[in-house]
Amino acid sequence: MSAVTTAVAKPDAGAVHTARQLLVRHRGLAKLVLLAVVAAVVVPMVNSRWGSGSWPHALTVDPSGSLGKASNWIIDNRDSSPVFLYFFGYVSYGVGYAVRAVYLVLLALGWTGVTAAATLLAWRFAGLRVAVTALVSLALCGALGMWVPTMQTLALMVVAVLASVVVGALLGLAGGLSDRMFRALRPVLDTMQVLPAFAYLLPFVWIFGIGVPPAVLATVVYAAPPMARLTALGLRGADAGVLEAVTSLGATGRQRLLTARLPLARKQLLLGVNQTIMMALSMAVIASVIGAGGLGDRVYQALSTVDVGNALAAGIPIVLLAVVLDRTTAAAGARLGSATVERSGRGWPVWAGIAALTAALALIGRLLNSASWPGGWTVSIAAPVNSVVGWITGHLNSGVPVIGGTADWAAGFTTWVLDPLRGGLQGLPWWSVLLIVGALAWLISTWRTALTAVLAMAAIGVLGVWSVSLDTLSQVLAALAVTLVVGIAVGIVAARSRRVEALLRPVLDVFQTMPQFVYLIPVVALFGAGRAAGAAAAVAYAVPAVVRITTQGLQQVDPGAMEAARSLGATGRQQLRQVQLPLARPALLLAVNQGVVLVLAVVVIAGMIGGGALGYNVVFGLAQGDLATGLIGGTAIVCLGLMLDRVTQPAAATKER
Amino acid sequence: MARRKLLGALLAAGVLLTATGCGAADMTKQTSPYANVSGAKTVTLSVQSWVGAESNVAVAQYLLEHELGYRVDTVQVDEVPAWDALSQDRVDAILEDWGHPDQEKRYVHDKKTIVSAGDEGVTGHIGWWVPKYLADEHPDILDWHNLNKYASLFRTAESGSKGQLLDGSPSYVTNDKALVNNLHLDYQPVFAGSEAAQITQIKQFAQQKKPFLTYWYMPQWLFNEVPMVEVKLPPYTDACAAKAPADIDCAYPTTALQKYLNADFAKHGGKAAQFLRNFHWTKDQQNEVSQMIAEEKLSPEAAAKKWVSEHPEVWRSWLPK
Repeated sequence: MSAVTTAVAKPDAGAVHTARQLLVRHRGLAKLVLLAVVAAVVVPMVNSRWGSGSWPHALTVDPSGSLGKASNWIIDNRDSSPVFLYFFGYVSYGVGYAVRAVYLVLLALGWTGVTAAATLLAWRFAGLRVAVTALVSLALCGALGMWVPTMQTLALMVVAVLASVVVGALLGLAGGLSDRMFRALRPVLDTMQVLPAFAYLLPFVWIFGIGVPPAVLATVVYAAPPMARLTALGLRGADAGVLEAVTSLGATGRQRLLTARLPLARKQLLLGVNQTIMMALSMAVIASVIGAGGLGDRVYQALSTVDVGNALAAGIPIVLLAVVLDRTTAAAGARLGSATVERSGRGWPVWAGIAALTAALALIGRLLNSASWPGGWTVSIAAPVNSVVGWITGHLNSGVPVIGGTADWAAGFTTWVLDPLRGGLQGLPWWSVLLIVGALAWLISTWRTALTAVLAMAAIGVLGVWSVSLDTLSQVLAALAVTLVVGIAVGIVAARSRRVEALLRPVLDVFQTMPQFVYLIPVVALFGAGRAAGAAAAVAYAVPAVVRITTQGLQQVDPGAMEAARSLGATGRQQLRQVQLPLARPALLLAVNQGVVLVLAVVVIAGMIGGGALGYNVVFGLAQGDLATGLIGGTAIVCLGLMLDRVTQPAAATKER
Repeated sequence: MARRKLLGALLAAGVLLTATGCGAADMTKQTSPYANVSGAKTVTLSVQSWVGAESNVAVAQYLLEHELGYRVDTVQVDEVPAWDALSQDRVDAILEDWGHPDQEKRYVHDKKTIVSAGDEGVTGHIGWWVPKYLADEHPDILDWHNLNKYASLFRTAESGSKGQLLDGSPSYVTNDKALVNNLHLDYQPVFAGSEAAQITQIKQFAQQKKPFLTYWYMPQWLFNEVPMVEVKLPPYTDACAAKAPADIDCAYPTTALQKYLNADFAKHGGKAAQFLRNFHWTKDQQNEVSQMIAEEKLSPEAAAKKWVSEHPEVWRSWLPK
């Protein structure tokens, strides 16, 4: 609110404004001065001791020997050690059986039963429109010849989502009820949400080997945090007045939780479920690298033959699943928010009807002897898609007059942007990198954040992957710059025109749910294998989120401020520059933060298409069973993610209070 | 209070479970949850990321399904993890292995969870290759001694001032970094990161008739489309292969590609196991299928079907009597 007054009512509050501005600047300045003093003392000492090139060798620890030993121990003792026989073995079996049970149910229902159940459930939870979407989507999955993989992914998803929701809700409950738990959990959960999915895979492979169980577990760990986070926030955000009233009515702690706090947090809980489902789906695809099977595996297999068409045929069902699940849970959340609970009386006949109809259709499918999708009803989109891709690579790759070809751009981008950036970063004295990281994080946030960021960066050095990590960092920074320029520009246009926004929305939806894998091969076709291709994939993946956040941020600018600016005769451009953009600053900062996180996630996966650096180390570790390399790479990715998040995350927590 | 009780109960349950040890869960018997549904006999085959491996699996899958009445699941796994998965019974067979002595010792000889199923019939060879159009222009490039002379030809944005040695998937058997070092070559191995990326890149170069030097292997369908000639490296010797990985300075061996089965499956797999043991074909036959999959973009199933209908004389002998 205060920001609005300062920006609009400039003439009146001018003095206050400048004073505050100065103070803010001073605070930043003070931090910088302090840092400079510390640096002036510490740097010469450090410098004389360890020199000022890349990270000093004396300060590294090489854990690969012991990691390798540990990994060999696991393989040799997996079938005899009690830890495995009585704990991990059970976990693994349990997960395996659960997935199998769901899969068997889905197969028993047949395509008729599953389609009926999905459509009816969507109708019950989210209304007719979503029901039609569900019906069409499932039919498309079948028509693309992907029925069985879709069911496999669905089975894995059901188990992973249920587990994530239970684990997340329990953690969230603990965090919602106890302040100490909340303080302990929050930073962990916040951090887990920004880490690239790819970094989660290795520890599970280490213990469980390749297969469905590690895939499910990695998915659970990746997807549970949003549920935990939103549950805790929902419980804590409950209206104090209502709680007061309930307490005064003499409710016990448990009654208060069950009758007031949980129902009040309903909306957040459903939002948590929604986010958990979306994250689980994206992970289930990436986890095909460690044997998850299903649709992700089809994408992965198709990519190994540069078969973009077939990759797309498996990618489309993933998007469709995502859209249906997202719309259903989102609509269910909205309904719960607005509608009432009194309908529970006539709830059970509806449920019985749904069950009966599903059973009947499943039976019909059985009787017609068509449990799996009929083979004759499929279309192959692979051939036409591939010819289009072939045409594009044939014609746009090189030698297009005036603008040059995409391969020329990529070479230019590599030579003129990525190389100098990497060289520059790697040429910086190691302590100056730490200093820069610390200064950036401290300027926009607290000293604690700065310390975390610096420690994360230092950990990378200690692990002995300093220059490789700076290579990854240079790719992230280059891709981020492009993402922000494109994303914010498009976001501004979308915010100013309803029509553009309406046109963009479905496109953004699809792009945001598309598995990252599908992006990888077309960019290789266009830009050639290498870091430029990885950067391009990262930009394509991160731009939608940036566009969306920018658009929302600009649209949510206080209409009063806009009105005031307009009445003062500001032109459209002036409004944008002087009112909208400054007021939307928090949203823009959030866009930067999100952009960094998403770009890092893809730059890492780009290790599969020549991105090299840390991502390659992880891929190499997975592919060669060399878990030491992979785990160190994965840890460095985690540290890099942590550092980047801290450096771009303004101190929101302090403001909230 | 309530929370403490709950914690106690959980702890007690955990202790009870461990102490009574109601049966150990064997980590080596973990069949895929998607296997053997609705009474069907299922075989799970591992597919590696190169097309040749996919051809083996496609044909084996087609015959298992249509001639022997099995249901076949395939899982994409890289080479080394595939060994691990095979030993845990998560997959039943590897149909094309390029030689992993460490794994062979560990799983076949020591733990006995994997058994050999004999030759696949194809001989594999890894090496460095240049396109034919380049070899025609500079015939002496085919000797590694002359590679440094031509390093500038192979420069790319990725390799900087050195020549680019295009490398493939991280999962492949490779000594390229060591070779470049030990032979003092002015080259930089650039890892495409996957075979798909590498093939795309090679095709791109070939289309523009640009020079390139790449890690590649035979048999490979890409040779039919982009003719390449091998660069001679110092000859392979067993003594050289026995050196530490970082010291290797000779060419790659020529390997008879092997098949492996899970030990349990080999014993109880019935006709399927016997069939996979009998599976044996030639380089040309494999390439025929690979070509259909990768170049004509037939689905693996369609390619297998076509090949099977055209060559009954080959596969008839694989079927168990």
